[in-house]
Amino acid sequence: MDTTRPRRTHSLIWVWTLFVALVVYLPVVCGALAGLSKGRYFLFPIRAFSFEWWQKTLDSLEIQRIVENSILIALIVTVVSLALAFFGALAFARYDWRGRRLYQKLLLLPIFFPQPVLGLALLLWFNTLGIQPSWHTAIVAHLVWIVPVVTLVIAIQVYGFDPAMEEAAADLGASRWMILRDVTLPILWPGIWSGALFAFLLSWGNFPLSLYTAGADSTVPKWLYSKMVAGYTPMVPALGTMSTLAAATLLLLGGAIAGFVRARRNR
Amino acid sequence: MSDATLPVVDAESQPASRLTRWRGLRLSTGARCASPVALFMALGFLAPLITVIGFAFATPRTFAVFKSFTLQNFAEIFDPADTVWMSFAWSLALAFATVVVLLVICYPIAYGLVRVFGRWSALISIAFVFPLFISENVRLYGWTLFFINHGVLDGLLQEIGLSAPDVLFSPAITLFGMVYTYLSFMLFPMTLGLSMVPGDLIEAARDFGASRLMIWREIELPLAMPGILIGALLTFVLAAGAVAEAKILGGQSVIMISHDIEIAFTYSQNWPRGSALAVLLMIVIAGLSMTLMARLDLDRILGRR
Repeated sequence: MDTTRPRRTHSLIWVWTLFVALVVYLPVVCGALAGLSKGRYFLFPIRAFSFEWWQKTLDSLEIQRIVENSILIALIVTVVSLALAFFGALAFARYDWRGRRLYQKLLLLPIFFPQPVLGLALLLWFNTLGIQPSWHTAIVAHLVWIVPVVTLVIAIQVYGFDPAMEEAAADLGASRWMILRDVTLPILWPGIWSGALFAFLLSWGNFPLSLYTAGADSTVPKWLYSKMVAGYTPMVPALGTMSTLAAATLLLLGGAIAGFVRARRNR
Repeated sequence: MSDATLPVVDAESQPASRLTRWRGLRLSTGARCASPVALFMALGFLAPLITVIGFAFATPRTFAVFKSFTLQNFAEIFDPADTVWMSFAWSLALAFATVVVLLVICYPIAYGLVRVFGRWSALISIAFVFPLFISENVRLYGWTLFFINHGVLDGLLQEIGLSAPDVLFSPAITLFGMVYTYLSFMLFPMTLGLSMVPGDLIEAARDFGASRLMIWREIELPLAMPGILIGALLTFVLAAGAVAEAKILGGQSVIMISHDIEIAFTYSQNWPRGSALAVLLMIVIAGLSMTLMARLDLDRILGRR
């Protein structure tokens, strides 16, 4: 059998993948260029670059407040979703119990649900309960979507976990709390760590749920959208780029910490 | 939660804690672990959906949920004079097209992630995950800057004496935006599916003289099918409810069904009509999801046990 054909297919796959990746990041680059160009309106090729709009964005008190909103929402979402999803993932993948198959499938439904419709349904529900939508309700909305995602992320780690480890610890007389602290958590932490990163970043970047459930409060994506629809300024792409860079930094930092911890453990 | 004094032998055979025994409920450890999530989902997902269903049967233009029962909202929607069916048709057709295009775009990439890229796989995966953390409106707006008059494409073409075609604000660009937004949602389930195909099985088939087409059709495709189906379902369902693409790139040249639902909930303050529309969309989504989910073994797909 000739080996050149698979090799040619492989290079085609490489080329195609790199092309698609390039296309995926093209609009991000366009946004970065628009945020860095001088002048009120975007013209390409860019005549003059300046950090004017970045400076204005950083100086804006309004933007400072919505960034704080976004960070606070994402932090609370991360903590709550980890607490729920850790046990949720054990139920998903570790224990064999009656109702598990049903639970697995029902838990995935919020992921298989269009977010604008989910946001509107939650808005209706909050109104029916007499709750005024605000950034508090946005936290609940984010959780409805993010808890199942984080549960899945941790569950994948749980699948690779041998329950015999816990049982062995128990046989040696470890208490439940000791087993959790010294056996279960150390084995599952890579999953928990990626779950935390997912929770924070998905909340940080979420637009449809915040749009409908945050009431008068704003988050970064929601503020950007309101300015895209009416009242464009180059602060929009500037803030969009900053938000992207912040997410990238966090992801890199998260990966670096995970790598560092793994390296220290393996030593 | 439990205060066992004896060493725990097996988590499953553990006696129920005092609290649960007192309630007369003997919940297994698994059920106890699932209960916080289950409770939260009952309040945050199930209850809103029930409220929407309740509103769908309420008197139009009122807020009399669970107090009135009428089919009038549905009657209005199915009235041929009402043009909302066009939004349904557009949403479902564009969602279907999105799935078809993404199947073709993602298959080679998913194959590459599993079989070709080797140690580069992790990095390439991250490159395709990361856009999920950038809100879709930012990414779609970047495309507006690319395609708009005097934008990136136009500017580049003018350098060589051409001008960019007018593509913004059309159904085609809406489809493009949807394909773009949901790419990762197709790619990763598909990759998971393809990684379920044992490499040595393909080797064996090749040794027995099977052609590449035969290997693909008889081995790779059937074994990867659960992942591919999950990807297709996820993409279809999310795209059917999509709205940002039509607003930001499509310039309302196409009205999506989620847009109509939003209008009914916000500007026209007709919650029962919006709810009835949402219920119809949910029926399509739930019908598809349940049919597929019932056939899937999630333990095998996620845990590969």
